[in-house]
Amino acid sequence: MFPFQKTIDQVRRDFLTTSASGLGLAALSSMLSAEQADSPLATKPPHFAPKAKNCIFLLQAGAPSQLDLFDPKPKLNELHGKPLPSELLEKVRFAFIKKESAVLMGTARKWSKHGECGMDFSDFLPNIATCADDILMIRSMFSEQFNHHPGQLLLSSGRGTFGLPTVGSWLTYGLGTESQNLPGYVVLTSGRGSSGGSSLWSSGFLPSHYAGVLFRNEGEPILNLTNPTGLPDELQRRGLDALRTLNENRYSEMVDPEIASRIASYELAFRMQSSAPELIDLRGESASTLADYGVERAQHPKATGRGNVANAHLSFARNCLLSRRMVERGVRFVNIIYEAWDQHSDLDQDLRYNSWVVDQPIAALLKDLKQRGLLDSTLVVWGSEFGRTPLGENRNGRDANTGRDHHPFAFTLWMAGGGIKGGQVYGETDELGWGITKDPVHINDMHATMLHLFGMDHLRLTHRHQGRDFRLTDVGGKIMKQWLA
Amino acid sequence: MYNDSSLFYPATSFLFHPNAMWTLALVVAHAITNPVLFLANDAPTDDRKIEFARDVQPIFARHCLSCHNSVKQEAGFRLDRGELAVLGGDSGKAFLPGKSGESRLIHYVAATDSEKVMPPDGERLSSVEIEVLRAWIDQGAKWPETHSTESTQNQHWAYRPLKANVPPQVFASHWIVNPIDQFILAKLESHGLVPSPEADRYTLIRRLSLDLIGLLPTVAEVDAFVSDSNLNAYEKLVERLLDSPHFGERWGRHWLDMARYADSDGYEKDNPRPDAYLWRDWVIDAVNADMPFDQFTVEQIAGDLLPQATQKQRLATAFHRQTLTNTEGGADQEQFRVEACFDRTETTGAVWLGLTVGCARCHSHKYDAISQREYYQLFAFYNNGDEQNFVIPKSEEEIREYETARAAHESAVATAQIALQDAQKETGLSLAKWEKVIQAQIENQPESDAVKIPKNIAKVLKMVPDKRNDSQRQELLDYFSGNDPSTKPLVEKLNAIKKKVPVKPEHHVRVIGQRTMEPRKTFVLRRGEFLEPVSEVEIKPSGLSTLQALPIRNPNLLGDRLDLAQWLVSKENPLTPRVTVNHVWRTLFGTGIVKSANDFGIRGDAPSHPELLDWLARNFVGLDREPIANAIQTIAWSRKELIKQIVMSATYRQSSKRRMELSTIDPENQLLACQNRLRVEGEIVRDISLDAAGLLARTIGGPSVFPALPPGIAELSYAGNFKWTVSKDTDRYRRGMDTFFKRTAPHPNLITFDCPDANLTCVDRNTSNTPLQALVVLNNESFVEAAQGFAKLLLNSSTTSDAKSNLVHAFRICLARPPKDGEVMVLLDVLEASRRFYAEHLSDAKTMVGNLPALHIEIQENAAWIATVRVLLNLDEFITRE
Repeated sequence: MFPFQKTIDQVRRDFLTTSASGLGLAALSSMLSAEQADSPLATKPPHFAPKAKNCIFLLQAGAPSQLDLFDPKPKLNELHGKPLPSELLEKVRFAFIKKESAVLMGTARKWSKHGECGMDFSDFLPNIATCADDILMIRSMFSEQFNHHPGQLLLSSGRGTFGLPTVGSWLTYGLGTESQNLPGYVVLTSGRGSSGGSSLWSSGFLPSHYAGVLFRNEGEPILNLTNPTGLPDELQRRGLDALRTLNENRYSEMVDPEIASRIASYELAFRMQSSAPELIDLRGESASTLADYGVERAQHPKATGRGNVANAHLSFARNCLLSRRMVERGVRFVNIIYEAWDQHSDLDQDLRYNSWVVDQPIAALLKDLKQRGLLDSTLVVWGSEFGRTPLGENRNGRDANTGRDHHPFAFTLWMAGGGIKGGQVYGETDELGWGITKDPVHINDMHATMLHLFGMDHLRLTHRHQGRDFRLTDVGGKIMKQWLA
Repeated sequence: MYNDSSLFYPATSFLFHPNAMWTLALVVAHAITNPVLFLANDAPTDDRKIEFARDVQPIFARHCLSCHNSVKQEAGFRLDRGELAVLGGDSGKAFLPGKSGESRLIHYVAATDSEKVMPPDGERLSSVEIEVLRAWIDQGAKWPETHSTESTQNQHWAYRPLKANVPPQVFASHWIVNPIDQFILAKLESHGLVPSPEADRYTLIRRLSLDLIGLLPTVAEVDAFVSDSNLNAYEKLVERLLDSPHFGERWGRHWLDMARYADSDGYEKDNPRPDAYLWRDWVIDAVNADMPFDQFTVEQIAGDLLPQATQKQRLATAFHRQTLTNTEGGADQEQFRVEACFDRTETTGAVWLGLTVGCARCHSHKYDAISQREYYQLFAFYNNGDEQNFVIPKSEEEIREYETARAAHESAVATAQIALQDAQKETGLSLAKWEKVIQAQIENQPESDAVKIPKNIAKVLKMVPDKRNDSQRQELLDYFSGNDPSTKPLVEKLNAIKKKVPVKPEHHVRVIGQRTMEPRKTFVLRRGEFLEPVSEVEIKPSGLSTLQALPIRNPNLLGDRLDLAQWLVSKENPLTPRVTVNHVWRTLFGTGIVKSANDFGIRGDAPSHPELLDWLARNFVGLDREPIANAIQTIAWSRKELIKQIVMSATYRQSSKRRMELSTIDPENQLLACQNRLRVEGEIVRDISLDAAGLLARTIGGPSVFPALPPGIAELSYAGNFKWTVSKDTDRYRRGMDTFFKRTAPHPNLITFDCPDANLTCVDRNTSNTPLQALVVLNNESFVEAAQGFAKLLLNSSTTSDAKSNLVHAFRICLARPPKDGEVMVLLDVLEASRRFYAEHLSDAKTMVGNLPALHIEIQENAAWIATVRVLLNLDEFITRE
C-alpha cells in the first residue's frame, strides 16, 4: 500500500463518481488488473517442461584466446616459429596477419587437469577450474563472422546483421519474466565499451518491452531512476497520484486501453524506483560473500591491458554478485559484458590481467548459485564472438609476435547449470587448434539448445516480421542432446 | 488486448442509421463467433463469388506455403501451383471440387484435435478463412490456369495496375467532405456502423499541429481557431500549418527513418560524420518546398546522373550514403562495400516497393515473385554506384574568417621560426661539440640504454659530415635544437603554434557517384557471400518481372540508377504510389490502409479499403485529374496536396473516443469509425515539453546538437572513443531530430521512446508503452529542465496571483482544451502539498529550481510550481495526439 493510497482512493472515488461519463471504480480496477495480466512481460508457459528459468550470459567480448585458456595444444608449442601448412593458409583470410611470413605461436601457459572429470584449464583460470565438474566445455564452436561487431551480433542474435532481437529479448518475449518490479532482461557492463554497443541488447523488430535494460552497478542503477534533486519521495508519490487520477479520468472519457497501459507503466516505474536501488545495495551480503566475489579486492600488481579501465576488476565482481541477486528476484536474462580480450599483441600480460579480473568472481558466482540451490535452474554461459589463431600476429612493423589474430573457425565456449550436464568436454580441434575435427557446433545450435533448456522449441518461438517468421536460430539450429543433464 | 465490453458504459454518441438496425444485429451476431473482422475477404455468403487470387491465395500464403512450397513439401503436398496442388499429398487428394465436406484440406484446417490441426504451429485459420476455403471448394476449387509460381503471383493485388474506382454512393451523404469519406462511409454502412462525430475544435487544432508540424498550438492560436466562425476556418488552419517551415522537419523526419539517417558510421569504430546533416537539411528543404515525390525519388537515387547535375542534386544521393561503414581494423573493405549495396537494394525495395526483397539475397523469395536472379538485377544498379565525397566550401563569412586566421597563423609561425633560427645560429658551435661527445658515446656503448638516440639520427651521426645532404643536416639540427636547453623552449613554442593551424571551412559531402572506370560485373552470390559467385553468368541491371518492364535509356550501355529511379516512379508502376500513399495514411491514422506498411507482398496484410487506396494513389500520381469525381490533387506527386486531401476529410476529423460497440466488431479500428489516439514520437515527446516551457529553440537545420546526456552513455561506445560535449545556449533546447545520432550509443531518451536505431531502414516505427518511458519523463534532466522552464514562464507571464487561473492557463498550454473543475482541483492539491513541503525545506526548493528561477518569485513558491506542472508534462493526454 502506498503512503497516500487511502486519501488518494477517496479523492479518486469522488472525482470519478462526479465525472459525467465516469466509469465505476470496480470496472476500473478490473481494467487495471486485466492490464497487468496482459502485460507483455507477464509470465507465459513454455512449450514443454523447462530445466532453466534464468540465464546469466558472460559475454567476453573481443575474443579470448582458447589456446591459452581452455584448449591445450602441445603440438603447437613443438612447432612454435614454424609456418602453418600451406593448404590451411590458402583457404583463409586474416585481419592483420601477413600470410607469407606467418608462423605458429606456442603458449607459455601451464596446464593441468581439474575435477573428477579431469578437465583442462590453463594456469590463468585457477578458480573457474575448481568448478570443472559443473562445466560443459565446448571446444568445437565456429562462426562465419570475422569482425567483432558482426561476430557479436551473431552471438547475440543468431545472425551477423542488424535489426534482430537478441537472446534475452527472445526469452522474455517467449516466457515473460517473474521479476515484477524489475526489468526481465538486464545488461551490465564493466570496463570499456564493446564493439557492438547497444545493438547487443536490442529487441530488433520485437517491441521495445523486450529490449535489454542497461543497469549500472553503482549510483543510479537504471537511467532516470532517481527523483529530480529537490523532489522528495512524498512529493513524487503525490504527483504520481494526481497523474493517476487525471489519467483515469481521461480513460473514462476516451476508453483507450493505452491509457490503462500508461497508468500501469507509471506504477511499475514507481516500484522500480525502490526495488532497483534495493537490488544494488550490497549491505545485506555477508563479508565472506563480498570477499568471495572480490567486490573490494585490491588491484592486480601488474594491472595492464584492454580491460583495465575504470576499476573494471571491481565492477566486474559487483556485476557477478548482482547477477545472482537478479536471478533471486526473477530477472529472466542477465547479460554481463566485458570487452577486454582482443589481444593482437601483448597476449601474455594482457590475458593474465583480464583472466585475473574475471576468474575469481565467476567462480564465486557458480559456487554461490550452487550453494543456494539456484544453479540447477540458472544457465550460465561464457562466450565470445570467436577465438584466436594458433599463428602469431606478425603485423607490419612488429619486431616479434606477441599476439594472436581473429579465428572464427574453431573456438571454445562453456556453459554450466540450468540443465547442462557438467564435467564434460564436447568437440575436438586438430592438434594445432586450427580446425574442428569432431562435433562442430554453430552458434545457432547453441541458441537452439539454450532455448530447449528453457522449455522452448526454437522452431516454434517465432515472430512474423515483413512477411517472414523469424526465429533466434535463423535457418539453422540443432538441439545438442549430449549437453543435457 | 483488453476488450471486455461489459466495462463500458453505453456510448451515447452512437447514432443508428435508420436502415441499419437489422444489419447491425447481424454484424453483432456475427462478431460474437468471429470477434475479429476479416476485412479483405468478408465472410462469404452463398452468392458471393470466391476469387482465387483475391480470397484464397493469401490464406495459403499466410498459413500453408511455408511448409508446402516449391522447395519444401511436407507430407508430399505443395500448394504453390494449382496443377500440383490438385494431385494432393501422401495421404491422397486434399480437396474435391464441389465437396468441401469431404475435403481433407477443410478437415485439417478446421480440426479441433491439436495433433491433427493444420498448420501445426503458428496462427490458426480463423473461422472466416475456413469459410472462404469451403466456399472456394464448393464453387469448384477454381485455380487460374498457370504453369509457374510467378504468373500465379502476378494476380496478387499489389502488383496489379492501379484501378480507377468511382467513389461509391453512400446513404448519409451529408457527412461527406471529400471522396475519401465516400469510401470509408460506404464500408461503415455495409457493416451497419456510423462514423463518430467530429472532434471538438480544441482537439482538432492540437491534432493538426502535432501531425503537421510536431509542435503544440499556442493558447492564442487555439482561441483564434475556436472562435473563428468562418466556414473555411479549418482549411485556413491546415494551409497555415502546411506552409510552416516546421512542416519540413516533421515530415522530413519520417523520411529520415526510412533513410536510416545517422551522424556516425556504425559498427565498432562508429566514427562521426560531422557533415551528414547537410543531407538532412536537403530533405527538410525539399519537403518544405513540396518537391514532387517523383523528382524527390529521382534526385536521391540518381541525382548525380541527371544532365548537368547540380551540387544539390548530387547531395541528394546521400540518401544511400546513410549505409553503415565498417572501419574496424582488418575488415575486408570489399565485403562491407557489397554489404552496403545489399542494404541499398533492400532499402529501395522496402521504401518504394513495400517489398522484402532481402529474402531473395540468398534464395528465390518463398512467397513473393522475386527470384534470386532478380535480386541481383536490382543490386547491379548499385554495384556501380561508388561511394564518393566532394568538397564544398562553407559560408563566405567562414571563409573570410578562415583567411584572416590563416594569415595570422602563418605570420605567427614565421615569427617563431625566425626566433628559433636566430638562436640556432648561436648554437652552431655547441652542436659540433655535442656531436663529438655523442659520437664517442655511441662508439663506446653501442647497445647501451644511456645513449637513447632515435635510429634515423644515429644513422646521420654515423655519416661523415660532408656526405650528409641538406635534409639530413636539418634533421640533425632539429633534433639537437629540440634537446638543447637554449633552444628547447623555442622549438616547443613553434610546435605549439604549428598545431593550432586553422581548419579549412569546408564540408566533405558523402554522395554516390557512377563508377565509369572498370565497371564491376555483377554475379549471383551464394547465400549473399561476397566471395562466392554462383556462376560466371553476368547479371545485367534490370527490374522485377512481376512489375512493368524497366526501360534502359541507352540500350548500348548497361542500365544505371537513373533508369532504376525512373522505373520506380513511372506511371505504370503501381507499387510506389500505393506504398507512398499508405505511408502518409499511416502517419495520419496510426495504421495504414495496408496494415503491414513494410510488406505489400503476398504475406502482407490485404488493404482494408483497396478501392480507396487505389483512388488515392491515382490521384497522387496525377491520373484521373478531371473525369473522376472531385479529384483534389492538382500537382502530380505533391506530398502536401495528398496530406491536405486526407486531413480535410471528415474521416480524419472524427473524434478519437473509442465506442463500446466497436471494441467487439472492429477492435483494431480498421473500418475507421473513429480516429485513433496516437502517442507522439520520441523526438516530439521532448519537443513539446520544451515547447510548453517556452524553451524550445526553433532553429531549423544545421549541424547536429548535443543536448544533455546522462553520464556513462557516451562511454558505452567502443573504447570510449566518443566524447559528448553538451551544446551551449539555445542549442541545448533544439528539436529532437537535430540530436547527434551516434549509432552504437544513441541518446537513450530517443531509443526508450522507440526511435529507430538507424542501422536498417524503418518504414513503420513501433510504439511501445514502458516503465522506462515513465522514468524518462518523470526524472530525466531534459524534462526536469522543461518543468523548471514551464514554471518560470507561467509565474513570470502571469498577470494574476490566483493559482487556479494560472493552473488553467498551464493546462491549456499543454492540452489546448480548458480543464474541468475536478482536474484543476487535483492539480491544486499537488500545489498546496508542494507549497507546504518547500516552505519547510528551502534547500530542496533551491535545488528544485535549479538554473531556471522565475524572477521576483520566492524560491519555495517557484519550487512548488515546478513540482506541480511536471504532472501536466507526464499526462498521457499530453504525449498523445487525440
